[in-house]
Amino acid sequence: MLTKLKERFRKEWLFLLMMLPGLVLTAIFSYGPMYGIIMAFQDFNPGLGYGGSPWVGWDNFKLIFSQATFLSAVWNTFFISFMKIIFSTLASVIFALQLNEIRQNGPKRVFQTIVYIPNFISWVIMAGILTDILGTNGIVNEALKVIGMKPVQFISNRQVFPWTLIFTDMWKTFGFGTVVYLATMTSIDPELYESAVIDGAGRWRQTWSITLPMLVPIIILMTVLALGNVLSAGFDQVYNLYSPVVYPTGDIIDTYVYRLGLQNGKFAIGTAVGLFKSVVSSVLISISLFVAYKFAGYKVF
Amino acid sequence: MHFRSKGQKIFNVVNYILVILVCLTCLLPIVNTLAISFSSPTYVAAGDVYFWPKGFTTQSYEFAMSNGKFLQAFLIAIERCLLGVAINLFCMITTAYPLSKTTKQFPDRNFFMFFYVFTMLFGGGLVPWYILMSNLHLLNKIWALVLPLSVPVSSMAILMNFMRSLPKEMEEAASIDGAGNFRILWSILLPVLTPSLATVGLFAFVYHWNDWFSGALFINNPAKYPLQTYLQTLLTNMRDMMRQSGSNYYELLQRMNEQTGRASQLFLGLVPILVVYPFVQKYFTTGLVMGSVKG
Repeated sequence: MLTKLKERFRKEWLFLLMMLPGLVLTAIFSYGPMYGIIMAFQDFNPGLGYGGSPWVGWDNFKLIFSQATFLSAVWNTFFISFMKIIFSTLASVIFALQLNEIRQNGPKRVFQTIVYIPNFISWVIMAGILTDILGTNGIVNEALKVIGMKPVQFISNRQVFPWTLIFTDMWKTFGFGTVVYLATMTSIDPELYESAVIDGAGRWRQTWSITLPMLVPIIILMTVLALGNVLSAGFDQVYNLYSPVVYPTGDIIDTYVYRLGLQNGKFAIGTAVGLFKSVVSSVLISISLFVAYKFAGYKVF
Repeated sequence: MHFRSKGQKIFNVVNYILVILVCLTCLLPIVNTLAISFSSPTYVAAGDVYFWPKGFTTQSYEFAMSNGKFLQAFLIAIERCLLGVAINLFCMITTAYPLSKTTKQFPDRNFFMFFYVFTMLFGGGLVPWYILMSNLHLLNKIWALVLPLSVPVSSMAILMNFMRSLPKEMEEAASIDGAGNFRILWSILLPVLTPSLATVGLFAFVYHWNDWFSGALFINNPAKYPLQTYLQTLLTNMRDMMRQSGSNYYELLQRMNEQTGRASQLFLGLVPILVVYPFVQKYFTTGLVMGSVKG
């Protein structure tokens, strides 16, 4: 037994030594906070610490689930996430198909590069840009005026705000999907198209019967992976664009936790909401990774 | 491509136009912000500025540069990026290499892989994270911004998969010549890994440059804010900043307003991203595609 362990260690020690910095940092900063979860079951008082604070069982959870503001944040999170997934996927696929029809490689690469740029801009800067262009005097409303429409309060109208989130997210992120789908399309065997042409298939027919079916697995894979993260509806985006006026339709779980847990100092309740989100998320992500592995052979490790 | 009918030609033209329109919607908002930043406040307030400055002036930029806060935040952001990217790259490489081995070479590989994957699945949440930082006395220190997430798991997986996709003969030949693991990693693997390293390095740079939230969480002293956190406060407090700048507020309003002041600083915050982007762009797709090859 001992010799076996020794043998194993002799084989592994160099790898372990190599991995040590990452392991230590991950243990402290990713596993460390998990200890704090016990706060969710306490009436936590920072002065008394984890050891001294009284235990309250499930009271924090009972409290949050009786709050209408929390329940609406949960609903908003699901609604905004699902719509984002649907619209971003549609936009990426359609735009990738359009780029695929362009045969000149130079322009194709330029277009691809351009639509990928917004991905790399932070939501802080994006929010600054968006409040400029979506404001009452912004270019979008000026354009609406030109075509004879009334100005829209994109940021402060309760009914419009979730759609502002959904479409600005689509606009910012579709370039990534486009890159992925286009890479898949270029790997399709050209012989398929050649034989289709011999059979007299036009471009529409080729797109419909060859390109799209070849894309379906990767579309499903990307969607499944996105569904795993459905409870993260985009903290950075929402926090930098919302205001108390639109809380009823725009508040999501993450912004709710931040306001309640840290800005209002309700540590225990914030932790309880966070724990609820973590548990549901981990189940969803596990399922999505499993499904992605089963049906598309995708694996992280 | 194969046969060109009239319908085909019309389709091509329409398609080109649509694609160009989409590209414009991605670029024009940035151009609009740039135009606002160089315009005089009267035109901006009236909503007359579109894609070209009106009443050209560089006052907003002079304000940003002469007001020490912007430059200070910019320098802190650069310091954070240098430290953060270095830590990320070092930890990712030293983690990806052992994990790219088979369980035969590294019997406990799957345990350690799970150790990392689990961090993707489950976390302690925001509040415990904050309390941990406070207990470790890391609040208001730059280490609070660069030490967490030292191993971004999805980027590390890209590197790992790429290492696995390399021909085994490369390493075998080197180890027959007597090279150890460190030597193999350093002089055989790293040179061929350049595209992947550029990719994950870019990811790390963009993350550290763009992240404002850990700054808002862990840094309470505005003088120590990294750039994005500072810019975030501008979204609401540009007016206060102009009032506190020391120059006559009403005289200042003749030359710039909140909107031009904000636009100029947002644009300056964007410059590093725009500068880095074209260079790494060509590695980007190749790195991403090669890394996703399953082992």
